[in-house]
Amino acid sequence: MAEEYAIEMLNITKRFPGIIANDNVTIQLKKGEIHALLGENGAGKSTLMSVLFGLYQAEEGVIKKDGKEVKINNPNDANDLGIGMVHQHFKLVQCFTVLDNIILGVETTRGGLLKKDEARRKVLALSEKYGLQVDPDAKIEDITVGMQQRTEILKMLYRDNEILIFDEPTAVLTPAEIDELMQIMKNLAAEGKSILFISHKLNEIMEVADRCSVLRRGKYIGTVNIADTNEQELSRMMVGRDVQLVATKEDAKPGQVILDVQGMTVASKRHKNNAVKNVSFKVRAGEIVCIAGIDGNGQTELVYGLTGLEPLAAGRVTVSGEDISKAPIRRRMKKMSHIPEDRHKHGLVLDYPLDYNIVLQRYFEKQFVNGAGFLKAKEIRKYAEKLIDQYDVRSGQGAITIARSMSGGNQQKAIIAREIDKPHELLIAVQPTRGLDVGAIEYIHRQLIAERDAGKAVLLVSLELEEVMNVSDRILVMYEGEIVGELDPKTTSTEELGLYMAGAKREEVSA
Amino acid sequence: MSGKKRFLEYGAVQAILAAVLCIIAGLFIGFIVLLLINPAGAWNGIVTIVKNFLNYPSKPAALKYLGNTLVKTAPLLMCALSINFCYKTGLFNIGAAGQYVVGAGACLYAALGLKMPWYVCILFAMVAGALWGCLVGLLKAYANVNEVIAGIMLNWIGLYLVNMLLSRVKEQASPYTEQISAVNSAALLPTMGLDTLFTKNKYVTLAVPLAILIAIVIWVVLNKTLFGYEVRATGFNKEAARYAGMNEKRNVVLTLVIGGMLAALGAAFLYLSGYEQWSCTQSSVPAMGFNGIAATFLGGLNPIGTIFSSYFIQHITSGGSYLDKSIYPSQISDLITAIIIYLCGFVLFFKLSLNKYLAAKKESASGRNREEGGKAS
Repeated sequence: MAEEYAIEMLNITKRFPGIIANDNVTIQLKKGEIHALLGENGAGKSTLMSVLFGLYQAEEGVIKKDGKEVKINNPNDANDLGIGMVHQHFKLVQCFTVLDNIILGVETTRGGLLKKDEARRKVLALSEKYGLQVDPDAKIEDITVGMQQRTEILKMLYRDNEILIFDEPTAVLTPAEIDELMQIMKNLAAEGKSILFISHKLNEIMEVADRCSVLRRGKYIGTVNIADTNEQELSRMMVGRDVQLVATKEDAKPGQVILDVQGMTVASKRHKNNAVKNVSFKVRAGEIVCIAGIDGNGQTELVYGLTGLEPLAAGRVTVSGEDISKAPIRRRMKKMSHIPEDRHKHGLVLDYPLDYNIVLQRYFEKQFVNGAGFLKAKEIRKYAEKLIDQYDVRSGQGAITIARSMSGGNQQKAIIAREIDKPHELLIAVQPTRGLDVGAIEYIHRQLIAERDAGKAVLLVSLELEEVMNVSDRILVMYEGEIVGELDPKTTSTEELGLYMAGAKREEVSA
Repeated sequence: MSGKKRFLEYGAVQAILAAVLCIIAGLFIGFIVLLLINPAGAWNGIVTIVKNFLNYPSKPAALKYLGNTLVKTAPLLMCALSINFCYKTGLFNIGAAGQYVVGAGACLYAALGLKMPWYVCILFAMVAGALWGCLVGLLKAYANVNEVIAGIMLNWIGLYLVNMLLSRVKEQASPYTEQISAVNSAALLPTMGLDTLFTKNKYVTLAVPLAILIAIVIWVVLNKTLFGYEVRATGFNKEAARYAGMNEKRNVVLTLVIGGMLAALGAAFLYLSGYEQWSCTQSSVPAMGFNGIAATFLGGLNPIGTIFSSYFIQHITSGGSYLDKSIYPSQISDLITAIIIYLCGFVLFFKLSLNKYLAAKKESASGRNREEGGKAS
């Protein structure tokens, strides 16, 4: 019954200097099933997929397609075998149309000219068959993230791929788009496509997958039928211990006002309207206030305004009584710490080693630089090693590891270590758990609560409903640049929060 | 598998290897060009270029001409350092050529017009270069004008301003500026006894060791200081630098000011040695600043490596002038050196290919190693 499997990766072992990324891993993908691949960051999921795509060669193990052993030396080989992948970060040409992106690389031409009519018919047929709604003539830069993802899926289907890999596809989607994607995946499987679904979101795996294989620290832990398991068991397999899926915390004991925002307005870079419109709120010491909302409703600009990355168009921001409305970033950071939304864009200098990144917000302090302007390399190293140890930041070569080579979760941990350890009264954390696994999420939530209990004011910006409900003491909902509701997570339901987020409900909020 | 790096995986080894490969490729193509023009003298031609001062059979003469090569290496090195330093902030300082020009203008006018001693002349050059770099920096930081565009414009503005300025101190009968030795010998850089080392070559001055020293200082500043930390962070990731509260605008201006100073110092090092005079009718920006780009890349974007690459480029440039003019037209030496310099731009490409090759080799080797019980590692 070898043909039962569309693709098999048997006993794969892949080593890197100082680390075994995949240690005897076996994954068997049945035809027409949705097979989840679950693991923490750094568990070896990406490496395994890179092996499947021929980006890396495994030292041991074989890959079989339809029961026959195959050799995959480069991505073209993978493509020839009908393996396609939707990457977490889309590989689309921004200024091309949806159709152009789909046919890119496999264009049909006549006499050097593109023949798009045929391609368009095929794309429309595919999109109808699988319920993938796209506008073939819209430019990528103008369409939603959800539609961009559907474009990626159509790219695979257009190439007649039979084995579809989704690499953490829901990380960038809104709740409604996630539901839609789940349905699409089920449709695809029903049509006989085999799907490998890489994720660490347990509820999604429970909803959509047939079977689930779990990796932990490069090792293969096992494969289970979803019908016979539950979230607790999966998380135990993934993390190796029992995980608290819901953060427990004492009631908040709010103290004095730390952050006071009055009439804050921030201009938008994308359109002529203001991204943040006349927003006022306060955050007190010892409480976690969460800004909830669907992505793109002004949360990013709100944080930019607070941290100084964008100037305020109007309004006043004070931190512990000090007016910082026009203060430069360096002065603001004396009182606040900022876990940025985009760790690659703002949070890290990826080409710097880890220790240099850990002092990114304090390299200029007396303890790290002498009077003549020379860095104290030893002190920096020592401090970094202390934080690496304390916050369990894992990397190949410790403090001298280049940040770029670290896994996303550990990069985030390094940022969190840096921001929490530096003196501050206010912590602004923007989507601190984005793209992380349950183990790391649990850890970060505990850190945020510990911050609160240590008497810091915490402003959390999150798109995850569960996170909003679990961690915060107070919820402010943002919709189209305004705060449309203030809710108490203890007395509010997820549904009600959803209504506010969608703009269907609003109340007058007095700050 | 051990985490130990293999010899070929060290950055410095790779940089050197890549540079050597570029040089060989450049010489080879140069040789082919010579072959095409006149096969008879091709081999001799390429040997002549590579031999440079060694073309002189007597040791004293060879030493003297080695001195000449060194005299011109110093300014090239300074231009290369200027470009190197700015490149670390993510700025492409093609304006180094113009900063070099205004440096030449300022130091020569201070020497010939104002009759200042050499150290004041150097100061004049540095101020002029800093100002020229500062203009590019201000435009970049506050008006978002691309530094390449601003730099090229200022190259030409600088050239004609300097031509005008130096016309006031030029010789009556020629377009060249007056000889410093004749007008104001106090403006000549001190030789500090170096001339005796090079068979009384009076042009070998303080400039040569000073340029090397400055290269080392630049390396230290980039790698060991707070300012270097900020400069490189800005170059790697501007947004992260801003997030960390670094004053990006100030750093951009400051980097270009320093870059300008370095290039202008290069001009002072050449013209205050008395080796060359400025031609007030020249209508193209001196190539020194542009050759600095090649030297920087050939040097693996490392100030220390740049010392050697600058010397090499000057070595073949000087060597080119010994080509037999009866066989090859006089432009051929420039062409050959240009080809070699052009190939120097491929250093990064070679490095990339080398890494790919190593990665591929490692893949196949690691499987084998295990079978042999890891003997090889």
